[in-house]
Amino acid sequence: MWEYTDQVWDHFYNPRNAGEVENPDGVGEVGSLACGDALKLTFKLGDDARISEAKFQTFGCASAIASSSVLTEMIVGLTLDEAAKLTNKEIADKLGGLPDQKMHCSVMGMEALEAAIKNYKGEESSTVSIHGHVVCTCFGVTDDEIKRVVLENELMTVEEVTNYCKAGGGCGGCHGEIEDILEVVQKDKIQKVSHKAAPHGKFTNIQKIQLIQQTINEQVRPALRAHGGNIELIDVDGDKVIVGFRGMCAQCPSSDFTMQGVVESKLREYVSEDLVVIESKEHSAE
Amino acid sequence: MEPIYLDNNATTRVADEVFQEIKPYFCDLYGNPSSMHIFGGQVGSQIKQARQRVADLLGCSPGEIIFTGCGTESDNTAIQGTLAAYPNKRKIITTRVEHPAVLAVCRELENRGYTVVELSVDRDGQLDLAELDAELNEDTAIVTVMYANNETGVIFPVEEIAKRVSAHGSVFHTDAVQAVGKIPINLVESHIDLLSLSGHKLHAPKGVGVLYVRKGTRLIPFMLGGHQEYGRRAGTENVPGIIGLGKACQLAQVAFDVENKQVKALRDHLEATLMTTCQGAMLNGVKEKRLPNTTNISFEFVEGEAILLMLNQFGVCASSGSACTSGALEPSHVLRAMGVPFTAAHGSIRFSLSRYTTQAEIDLVAEKLPPIINRLRELSPFVPK
Repeated sequence: MWEYTDQVWDHFYNPRNAGEVENPDGVGEVGSLACGDALKLTFKLGDDARISEAKFQTFGCASAIASSSVLTEMIVGLTLDEAAKLTNKEIADKLGGLPDQKMHCSVMGMEALEAAIKNYKGEESSTVSIHGHVVCTCFGVTDDEIKRVVLENELMTVEEVTNYCKAGGGCGGCHGEIEDILEVVQKDKIQKVSHKAAPHGKFTNIQKIQLIQQTINEQVRPALRAHGGNIELIDVDGDKVIVGFRGMCAQCPSSDFTMQGVVESKLREYVSEDLVVIESKEHSAE
Repeated sequence: MEPIYLDNNATTRVADEVFQEIKPYFCDLYGNPSSMHIFGGQVGSQIKQARQRVADLLGCSPGEIIFTGCGTESDNTAIQGTLAAYPNKRKIITTRVEHPAVLAVCRELENRGYTVVELSVDRDGQLDLAELDAELNEDTAIVTVMYANNETGVIFPVEEIAKRVSAHGSVFHTDAVQAVGKIPINLVESHIDLLSLSGHKLHAPKGVGVLYVRKGTRLIPFMLGGHQEYGRRAGTENVPGIIGLGKACQLAQVAFDVENKQVKALRDHLEATLMTTCQGAMLNGVKEKRLPNTTNISFEFVEGEAILLMLNQFGVCASSGSACTSGALEPSHVLRAMGVPFTAAHGSIRFSLSRYTTQAEIDLVAEKLPPIINRLRELSPFVPK
């Protein structure tokens, strides 16, 4: 059971401003049914160019509903410039904090607000368009979004990034890329994860193959398993590692990402920097 | 506020009769049954009686009952103990909808080089036995298929599966944690080799389980140490737990009628009511061939945690397959294996009743839930206008 604050309970049981503003000036929609939470925010500007009315519709858990509800209270009376500066941290703080794994609910609020403001300015449609490139294909999270939550919330680990924006919470194929983003954004603050091959020095072919198998078992398979997929080590030919994807991974269009993102980077990290991963399509036909 | 407890597939209240029976074994009769004095030894006869009671419920002989620490230990022992007994066989067959106590073990074994096949289920949560037939071969060490699903209550045809597996010379294990005590099981003429059960799912205390090992089944012990349980499971017996489980089994035997009439009637009433009064309700799992106490209903376009917490205001305890309730970001592996669409999987609620559930409690849920669903649907941006 989650430990929610009294403010979260209050906003969940007595949501403020639920519904849709009539003839809204701005509409922002984020999230999806597949992701398990979504928010549609509508607002109207008053004659003083301040937000005079804001309403929400949310599909999601208690903290998603509470975050949306408190957001509508926070933005009424603000100019759009002021509202645009609102961070997810301020939303969470207003609720007296959220459980770590629920921080993405506050991020959803911030993103919906951002989308609604852009929609008002005529910059784009009400749904968030993609900025940057998609890092997490499971939840459709881009590098720009990840950078922002990392910066605003001083995140240091992949797990924290997952809690804040869901990126990396599905197959895990993007963990390497998220680590890279963390390193770029946080620079010296982060303990640098060495991507240099483990200090094994020289090893025999048998040792190398065993280490490859072990790395696949421990570092790669659990992530694929989470998505109903699997991987099989078929052969090792010099520095070429031949693998086959099984189950749901076999037909997955993003298995190229998965292969690049996880298998190769993990093998290079744990075994040898020279390894190249090749997918065998023949063996995955079963 | 008195809880309205409809989460009996998670755990059950200890029956009063069970509690009375085990009370003396904490402060008065606390001896160790292995001891060479009457004070300890007298406890041994009580364990013997408990073993007999469990055997009576399952229709097997007491020598086939091994007491364990929990259902998870029984599952681990069954699978790993069988593989250890057949070191030359490298294949395990299971299903995609098993409890983690089986699935996580199989997946770890896969990492250790075993071939693991997970049979799929259809939209109703049912297996296609042709898939099993196609996978069975001489390399198959063990087939492990649950008796009934904990989330949907769907009952698998384990006797038929056991027959096919046995004809192939492989070992068949079933995790019957949810089935024992809810539906009659008779192992007399069964081909089931190994069966796991857990005390706290049938009104015994937590911390005791059973592994049934059919006579003649080869199994390498998992827990090593003393000679308890005929050397098949070392460790000082959980005396109160075992005695409590014995009593609970005795009670279950006479309660089948209650389970299959009273509990089933209440479940059916709740289900039928919610399906008609709640918008966007859909049943998960086949309607027949299901545990009499379980119903799993999805409410389209709303989210499970929100439903549970709204119900919590009225003291109603249930569970959900939504992502949020588990702390994961994806919904239940069982519902996903069944192909339940995301629109419904995130909004699934499981009610699991017991013989203590009353009509008044069901009436309250039937009254409170429809407005909750309506309210959450009003909040939801997805409900088609």
